[in-house]
Amino acid sequence: MTVIQPPISAADVLTKPKEEKVIEPRRPFGKWFRQTGWRHIVGLIMLVFAGFPILYIISASLRPGGTLVTANELFSQVSLGAYVELFNRPQQPYAAWLTNSLVIGLASSAGTVLLAALSAYAFSRMRFKGRRVGLITLLLVQMFPQLLAMVAIFLLMSAIGDIFPAIGLNSQLGLILVYLGGAMGVNTYLMYGFFNTVPSSIDEAAKLDGAGHARIFFTIILRLVAPILAVVALLSFIASMSEFVLASVILVDPEKQTLAVGLYQFISQETSRNWSVFAAGAVIAAIIPVALFLALQRFIVGGLTAGSVK
Amino acid sequence: MSTPEQRETRADGAEQLRTTKRSRTAARMAEAASGGWVAVLVKIASLAVIDALAVYSILVLVRADNWVVAGIIAVVTAAINWIYFRRGGLPAKYLAPGVVFLLIFQIFVVLYSGFVAFTNYGTGHNSTKEDAIHALVLQNQQRVPDTASYPISIVEKDGELFLLATGPGGVALLGGENQPLQIVGNATFDGGIATEVPGYTTLTLRQQLQRQSEISQLAVPMDASESGQMLRTQDGVTAYVYKALYVYDADTDEMVNTTTGVRYADVGTGAFTAPDGRELLPGWQVLVGFDNFARAFGEESIRDPLISVTLWTFTFALLSVVGCFVLGLFLAIVFNDPRMKSKKYYRLVMILPYAFPGFLSALVWGGMMNQEFGFINTVLFGGAEIPWLTDEWLARFSVILVNLWLGFPYMFLVTTGALQSIPSELTEAAQVDGATPFQAFRMIKFPLLLVSVAPLLISSFAFNFNNFNLIYMLTRGGPRDVTAGMNVGATDILISMVYKVAFVGSTADYGLASAFSILIFVLVGTISIIAFRQTKSLEELH
Repeated sequence: MTVIQPPISAADVLTKPKEEKVIEPRRPFGKWFRQTGWRHIVGLIMLVFAGFPILYIISASLRPGGTLVTANELFSQVSLGAYVELFNRPQQPYAAWLTNSLVIGLASSAGTVLLAALSAYAFSRMRFKGRRVGLITLLLVQMFPQLLAMVAIFLLMSAIGDIFPAIGLNSQLGLILVYLGGAMGVNTYLMYGFFNTVPSSIDEAAKLDGAGHARIFFTIILRLVAPILAVVALLSFIASMSEFVLASVILVDPEKQTLAVGLYQFISQETSRNWSVFAAGAVIAAIIPVALFLALQRFIVGGLTAGSVK
Repeated sequence: MSTPEQRETRADGAEQLRTTKRSRTAARMAEAASGGWVAVLVKIASLAVIDALAVYSILVLVRADNWVVAGIIAVVTAAINWIYFRRGGLPAKYLAPGVVFLLIFQIFVVLYSGFVAFTNYGTGHNSTKEDAIHALVLQNQQRVPDTASYPISIVEKDGELFLLATGPGGVALLGGENQPLQIVGNATFDGGIATEVPGYTTLTLRQQLQRQSEISQLAVPMDASESGQMLRTQDGVTAYVYKALYVYDADTDEMVNTTTGVRYADVGTGAFTAPDGRELLPGWQVLVGFDNFARAFGEESIRDPLISVTLWTFTFALLSVVGCFVLGLFLAIVFNDPRMKSKKYYRLVMILPYAFPGFLSALVWGGMMNQEFGFINTVLFGGAEIPWLTDEWLARFSVILVNLWLGFPYMFLVTTGALQSIPSELTEAAQVDGATPFQAFRMIKFPLLLVSVAPLLISSFAFNFNNFNLIYMLTRGGPRDVTAGMNVGATDILISMVYKVAFVGSTADYGLASAFSILIFVLVGTISIIAFRQTKSLEELH
């Protein structure tokens, strides 16, 4: 037991106005432990389990020239040497991987949000022939990730590349297009659920005021559904940043590859020798997704449950 | 909103406007006025760009004689223009962009996988029959005995390479890939060897080195006749006369070996085959019917690993979901106590594994679980060499453990949300009726919770069913099963097996890999149908 409830001093009780909060009488230790204290033990265990690998990789990244063996002495040395080395390896162009991942991730997440929002708007606000079938089809399609068709995608891209090298094999634009193909299936349904929660009386009011459908969509609806847009943008950004299979199959040149492919190959080639350099690469690669995730977690948790439970 | 059909279809209980002609006109005017000219301009500009790109690609495709694809692009572009220029049809305007991408990169590729599964596509069977014949002729050439050697220079015109050879008697001969050797009169000689010819640039040694592979591929026909004799060089200095080992006999559709006289016939398997069954590779792509499926389910060296991989895929996905759900639910209950302090700090650290990119986590855990140097063995187990990732069963355990680390935060977040949305009156009422807290949880909260998280459990199962990144980054599917007839290991799941068959190692078998993909499609489809039926019945129950 290391976490103890902060003691409430008598002075606090006396000086603070009483109506603010009813302060429970302090429970005896035994009772407190049975009711609440053990939860802190569970919490501490989970802190170690959840946090340790991350602490470990940060420590490994701070020891220049470190191997897998030296990484075991946590924080024995603190220096940014490995980060410098990371950006100075001609064989493994980390800076290029990072830029590629960011560009591909941003482009495909922007495209995904746009495509999915357009279709979710249509499904949520319009009634047309084939709407039900369309929704069911989407629900089915999202069961089958693009990944399953990797062989066909590879063959398709190499066929395209023979005629249009700009969007074929070994082209980042081509990879973005492929990712966009998976956009609608996965995200429309999530968005559709959220769009339905925006009352359609708002559209009606705007329509009476003379707004066209495009204006209603772009200036009113998109603002009201901003949380789900953020969730879809973030999820698809993270998904395309960690996507390995299609990226490894489509991108051939080392300078064109993404972080996932590059770092995987780094590990397979160097195994345990340059562990600190890999660790530095991993830390940098993780910073953006983790920061985004923590900043937007409120939306994410809501979004995750909203779309699928409906 | 302008057209009558939308108005009549929007039936959310709103009062419908009367569809008189006047109100229609008014609505159309309002629509036009509200959109503004910027929107119209953007629309026209983007359609112009799309049309321009389409025309360009159709031209390129027609030049490449690819009429089918050109036709498809023409039809799609016409459809897009029709959708956006006609009045009304609003839903199509919003759905078209997504649908185009969906059709190409999701629906089409699935159908194409189905097609590839019935072909012999793969290493040695990559292209058409013409390409195969061409490759067989070019790749199998022998030096013709007792012929002269030709000192040469390599010259270039418009990026294409030519050989400038000096024939017997000091004649300069020039020829290229599609241009048989011809005598040229105006060549410049240096030491009895032709080095330059007007209109062509002679390659420097440096340029020769850069284009080494191109040069060694270059085969110049000796004359316009069908003798099959070619001039080739390996070093860029001297060329020799070569002759194709195989000659294609168009009358009988056979490849003939010019030295032994063996005739290789096209027997429909996608390769020229000798009477004794030997095949000439490269072959070409043909439909092989159910051969790939027959191999997958018939050949023991493929069937046995396929069965064990399928079983493991199910086990892995199921254990992952159950493990993460149980741990997540447990934590949600533990931290759902209003009296507990500093919950948010625990929560913050506990969702880190979910926020950390999955492929990196797997790589980091791979390092920590390393048998000789990893943190777990060296520090936690005091130097014991426990084969976390290299023993068949321990590797399976490790994969699930790491997946627990990756997945419990999600379940924690989701079940916390679901628990908090259950009204507390329900449990209070149960307690008033004399239920213990556990009973109240077991009989009231848990079933309600299950209803709301069941769809998430199913999608989590589906996700783990194809959790390629974790498996491949942590163990690469290993340890490898040495008895199997292909590259497959103890922790391989179906999707990683497909990847290995198609893209890892020196030989690729796209046909077999696609057959496996189809199998996954069928499995995933069946599971989803059953699962959604089940959740429906769960919902009806409560």
